[in-house]
Amino acid sequence: MHLARVVGTVVSTIKDEALKGAKLLIIEPLSHDLKPAGERLVAVDAIGVGYGEHVFFERSREATVAFPDRIVPADAAILAVVERVDL
Amino acid sequence: MQLARVLGSTVSTIKHPVYAGCKIMVVQPLDLKLKAAGRSWLAVDTVGCGRGEVVVVCDEGRGAAQALGHDSLQPVRSIIVGIVDYVDLEDGTHLECRGAQA
Repeated sequence: MHLARVVGTVVSTIKDEALKGAKLLIIEPLSHDLKPAGERLVAVDAIGVGYGEHVFFERSREATVAFPDRIVPADAAILAVVERVDL
Repeated sequence: MQLARVLGSTVSTIKHPVYAGCKIMVVQPLDLKLKAAGRSWLAVDTVGCGRGEVVVVCDEGRGAAQALGHDSLQPVRSIIVGIVDYVDLEDGTHLECRGAQA
C-alpha cells in the first residue's frame, strides 16, 4: 500500500459498466512524512473520500477486487482514509 | 489509471483470440494540464472512444480480461475504461475534455 493525497476528480459519463457509480479521483503519492513522492495518477474510490484527504491506496491486480460484488478494471484503488501517521 | 488522449487506432487482421472484435487505439499519456507526457502505447477500447478524446486507461491484466468478458487472466493488459468529460483539481483548475482537441 502507498500513502497519497486526493488532489482532484475525474468525471466520466461513458465508462466501463463495472465502474458505473464508482468515483475516479486524482491522487498524489506521498512519502511517509507526507511530502509529494511521484507522479499523480487516477484511482478508483472504494470507500468515499474527498479533496485534500490523506488516504492509502493499492496498485495492480489487488485494485480490481476493491469492491465486494464485482471485479473492476482499475490499476489503483483508494482503500482507506489515513488520519495520521506516527513515526 | 492514467489520463491519455486517443491519437488513432490500429488495424490488425491476425491477432490473438482475446482481441477478436476489439478496437485497439494508440493512446498518448497526459499530465494534469492535458499536455503530452511520455511515450504513446496501445490500449483496447471498450467504451467506444474516438480520435482526440481524453480517456482513462487502466494498465492491469485481470480487470482488462474481465472487461472483455473473460473469467481467467488473458494476454491483455492496457484497456480504455472511460471517456473523460472534465477534470477538477483542488486548486480550482477545471479542465474541460469533451470536444477539446490537442
